[in-house]
Amino acid sequence: MSGDFLDQIFIRVKQWLLSWLAGAPDWVIQIASSLINILALLGVFLTLFAAISVLERKILGRMQNRYGPNRVGPFGLFQPIADGIKMLIKEDIVPARADKIVHFLAPILIAATAILALGVIPYGRNMTPFAIDGGILFFFAVGSTTELAVFMAGWGSNNKFSMLGAMRAIAQMISYELPLIVTTLPVVMVVSSLSPDAIVAAQDGYAFGFVPRWFVFTPWGAAAFILFFVSGLVESNRTPFDVPEGESEIVAGHMTEYSGFKYATFFMAEYIGMFAISGLGITLFLGGWHAPIRALEVIPSYAWFFAKLSTLLFVYIWIRATLPRTRVDQVMNFAWKFMLPMAFACVIAAAVWHYAGRGVPGWLWSLGVIAVVYFTLSILLDTRKKFARRTYRFAE
Amino acid sequence: MNNVAFILIAILTLAAALAAASLPKLIHAALSFAVTFIGIAAFFFLLGAEFVGLVQIFVYIGAVAVLIVFTILLTRRDDEKDRGFNWGGVAIAVAVFGGLLWAIFKTQSLSIAAPQIETLTVKRIGEVLMTGFVWPLQCIGLLLTAALIGALILVMEEKR
Repeated sequence: MSGDFLDQIFIRVKQWLLSWLAGAPDWVIQIASSLINILALLGVFLTLFAAISVLERKILGRMQNRYGPNRVGPFGLFQPIADGIKMLIKEDIVPARADKIVHFLAPILIAATAILALGVIPYGRNMTPFAIDGGILFFFAVGSTTELAVFMAGWGSNNKFSMLGAMRAIAQMISYELPLIVTTLPVVMVVSSLSPDAIVAAQDGYAFGFVPRWFVFTPWGAAAFILFFVSGLVESNRTPFDVPEGESEIVAGHMTEYSGFKYATFFMAEYIGMFAISGLGITLFLGGWHAPIRALEVIPSYAWFFAKLSTLLFVYIWIRATLPRTRVDQVMNFAWKFMLPMAFACVIAAAVWHYAGRGVPGWLWSLGVIAVVYFTLSILLDTRKKFARRTYRFAE
Repeated sequence: MNNVAFILIAILTLAAALAAASLPKLIHAALSFAVTFIGIAAFFFLLGAEFVGLVQIFVYIGAVAVLIVFTILLTRRDDEKDRGFNWGGVAIAVAVFGGLLWAIFKTQSLSIAAPQIETLTVKRIGEVLMTGFVWPLQCIGLLLTAALIGALILVMEEKR
């Protein structure tokens, strides 16, 4: 069973490391075990952050018909190291009238909450760093702390651009947290558990022998996944929805007064938040670490998780290269008038799917519910102006 | 280990509460108040009430603290002025604390050893909410919906 060995290799390494502490009291082993998890998480995701920071620029360059970074190392691959050194040795500027403590604490809090959220996601078979019963709830509870951190950054800087950016960020985050949470609700209802491990386990197996039982392949799951993805895009302040730090309007939003390593921390928190929200999306809708085809199950589970994560991150970058920034009022209107009713429709569709027997009829019924709500909303929200025939006037 | 954790969390929570009551700048006080909420959530975790702890963080940090901070922001007038020590507040706080202490010591359940209950899962809470407590739940839902609609009506643009 070489496949199984590869699949569980990290678990074995951890057990081997812990076997060094065999005689120690229980609490020492507990703390050591947690520390191993934390270090592994930080190691993996900070490396991923370094990789994505250069890959994003490369991909953006490719899409915009230019080279992107290509000076440091082969193909510019050592760019993150150069960036890191640059950020570390930059002067750390704190505005004279800033609230020093709050200004200092904001990047720490924002990075800490972003990293904490990573802890409950199952990365592979038996590979959930902190398997708690209410994992989904933990994720959102920790995520809601980000708003306070953003506020601290904006207020502590004592700068009107920072404050405006923070206000925009908080308004946007609160508005989109609602559809984000409501779209996880159908999954929680269907699985009847808040634990990420149970949700992944419920998506095991294949319908008709070849379609994986991922929730994204049901109508309510597909709709909820799209809504979740868009809300995630907003929560991580990525481009179409990067109004909080719209450079052309308010310099850099709540990060205006930050420089050097503190700015890098904000930047890192943003990316880690993106990893976390994509990881949760994978757990909820894309089958977690399950393989898409039975024949490919020999490939270790964590490889599948990270393959899905990379795909989602690529889509994030793709969207950034493609779409222009939305306007503040458009973002908010979209949240309350479209995202929220659609999210509730997903909840109802999931209930219909469940009570119609989870088979093909349930599939069709839930598709019907989603379609009716979608078309009703698109008729109600039609804002196209009825243009009259244009008349031209020319100078005589 | 639980005792050590209890003492550490207690020190953190009390210090944050004291800071919230005594810091001269209102925003600092509000932020320390948020730390107090985290401390209380940590107590819930320590007691094995995971769900309550998470909801505590969710509601009190994610909503109440942000609300307080925004309220201060939108009504900020004289945040630099030192108003001196509020002795009336101290009197009220001591009275409330004394009352609570009196009530706690009067209850009989303190002297009974805690029965061994199975760990409360989120699923169990959900079942109880949807069966025995379904009417209170619906009433709260109605209240929150009314609040949401009220908020919408307040901010609605007046059509002319």
